Amino acid sequence: MTLPADHLHYPRRRYGMDHDRYAWSMLSDRPPLRWPGDKPLALWINVSLEHFPLNPDGTPVKLPGGMTMPYPDLRHFTLRDYGNRVGAWRVLEALERAGLRASWAVNACLTERHPLILRAALARGDELLGHSWSMDTPHAGGLAVDAESALIERSLGTLRAFSGQPVRGWLSPGKLQSPATPELLHRHGVQWFCDWVNDELPYRFHTAGGDLWSLPLSTEIEDRFVIVDNLHAEGEWADQVIDAFDFLRREGREARAGRLLALSIHPWVIGQPHRIKHLETVLARVKRQDEVWNAHPSEIIDMVQAQT
Amino acid sequence: MMKSDPGLYDPWPWRGRPRITWPGNAQLALWVAPNIEFYELDPPKNPQRAAWLHPYPAVPGYSIRDWGNRVGHMRQMTLLDKYGIRGSISLSTAVIDHHPEIIAMCRERCWEFFTHGIYNTRYTYGMDEAQERAMIAESMDAIERAVGQRPAGYLAPALSHSEVTIDLFAELGGLYTCDLFHDDQPTPVKLRSAQRFVSVPYSLELNDTIVYVVNKIEPRRYGRMIMDAFDRLYAEGATSGTVMCIPTHNYQVSCPHRLKAFEEALEYVTGHSGVWVTTGREIAEHYLAHHYDIAQAAIAATQSGAEG
Repeated sequence: MTLPADHLHYPRRRYGMDHDRYAWSMLSDRPPLRWPGDKPLALWINVSLEHFPLNPDGTPVKLPGGMTMPYPDLRHFTLRDYGNRVGAWRVLEALERAGLRASWAVNACLTERHPLILRAALARGDELLGHSWSMDTPHAGGLAVDAESALIERSLGTLRAFSGQPVRGWLSPGKLQSPATPELLHRHGVQWFCDWVNDELPYRFHTAGGDLWSLPLSTEIEDRFVIVDNLHAEGEWADQVIDAFDFLRREGREARAGRLLALSIHPWVIGQPHRIKHLETVLARVKRQDEVWNAHPSEIIDMVQAQT
Repeated sequence: MMKSDPGLYDPWPWRGRPRITWPGNAQLALWVAPNIEFYELDPPKNPQRAAWLHPYPAVPGYSIRDWGNRVGHMRQMTLLDKYGIRGSISLSTAVIDHHPEIIAMCRERCWEFFTHGIYNTRYTYGMDEAQERAMIAESMDAIERAVGQRPAGYLAPALSHSEVTIDLFAELGGLYTCDLFHDDQPTPVKLRSAQRFVSVPYSLELNDTIVYVVNKIEPRRYGRMIMDAFDRLYAEGATSGTVMCIPTHNYQVSCPHRLKAFEEALEYVTGHSGVWVTTGREIAEHYLAHHYDIAQAAIAATQSGAEG
């Protein structure tokens, strides 16, 4: 057997990245960022509100969490919908009790199906992020550019009209992107997205129309990844988040440079009655006002922009 | 025609082997092997193995690996410095071009560089012998140019092998392979040439990617696994020297929620006397100088005994 010659050619082997989306930069080489009050750690909590349709199209890819049984998969449909009916209210109450602010990445179809939880989030001043139309509208390679553009426009338009917020931030379902997603987000007025988990602080991401900010939302400590994918016990999830919190807080203090804990949670996972107390444990631990700046993500972007 | 046995080593029972001694009368040789890798966003498609789960651009897979170089590397290196450990780097040699800053920091610390191919998204599968030889040779030359020393070890990219992988590496001047997981001591490797060449244990069971991604193990359990493995190998090493390898990836073990458990394990294993904290090359060279011939004779005697 012989491989085609291009398998031994390396045309993108050069200094920096093998693409032109952003510059290569080690976190430790950058000028320190300062958070308000010189606190060592910014805390960003994002709640993803997701809708998984009963009749998924599943193209160009299927996202985790969707229907897996023969139609009609009532089991998965209702278990996910539980998150928006019940779990999200538990999460909201946990945030209220801890006195913590959050952002909510919202599948725009939920403005019709579950408006009250969104109104409650808006009433406490939380920030909404674009999160496409549903968990059956992945932005992945294979999606036609025109269709993706219309999808982004419809999702953002719906969310902006519903909330009255500018909706500056975006999270793609499953953190997937098509080759055109960054350009299309920029064209539709998005200023930052959180799909690329390649950093812990915001950095400039290039598109043909101008730069976006990339604000990574860690997958590694999200509830869904740890509890559903890795099958770790709820208490283990809490330990991991707290270990990350302690590590980043200490690094920020010692380096005299702001760090960020980006905590991603899903009400259909953490809002279950046997799990919610572990979120409460985490929130009680991370709410330390002396060392933590609990920020909305767009505030983090503004703070970084002001220093660069 | 596929073989039923790779034919790279003979059976050789754990009990009754000639005694291995390590420098300073150590019981155990401990080496840490950080994989420093580059994964391409858009590699040529290998006919037998897909590089990414998702269509181009595979943001989730690519971006966490990039996190390892941008953020994780420095954290792991800081920890290894603290415990006086020189890493033995399993290097995607394209990192020399993409991220020379990382190479420079590791050179300053006198870490060992061994080859792990050019990119971890270029698999050996389907290469003919000349192609594989050219790929391995190019990777060895790149390390020699960058750090002034020809690499002694090889771990095939993404553990993708052919029947002649180890022969080719040996013929190009290599001393040891990390691709065989059959033992807790170095062993001679049988090649098509008469070259003296060894396998240095590189534990797949303690490899953080296998632990975290394949086996989905909790960080604190990984820490306990390292300590338990150490206890047993250390105790057995009182009879005949053993090897313990901790293979790591800067995008796995360096995550903020995993570092605490890893640090506790490093503190434990380096806190014992009688531990030779060393590198893959030093283990291979010591074994070749002091134990290889004795082992060959003992294996031959075992084989003739088994036949007689």
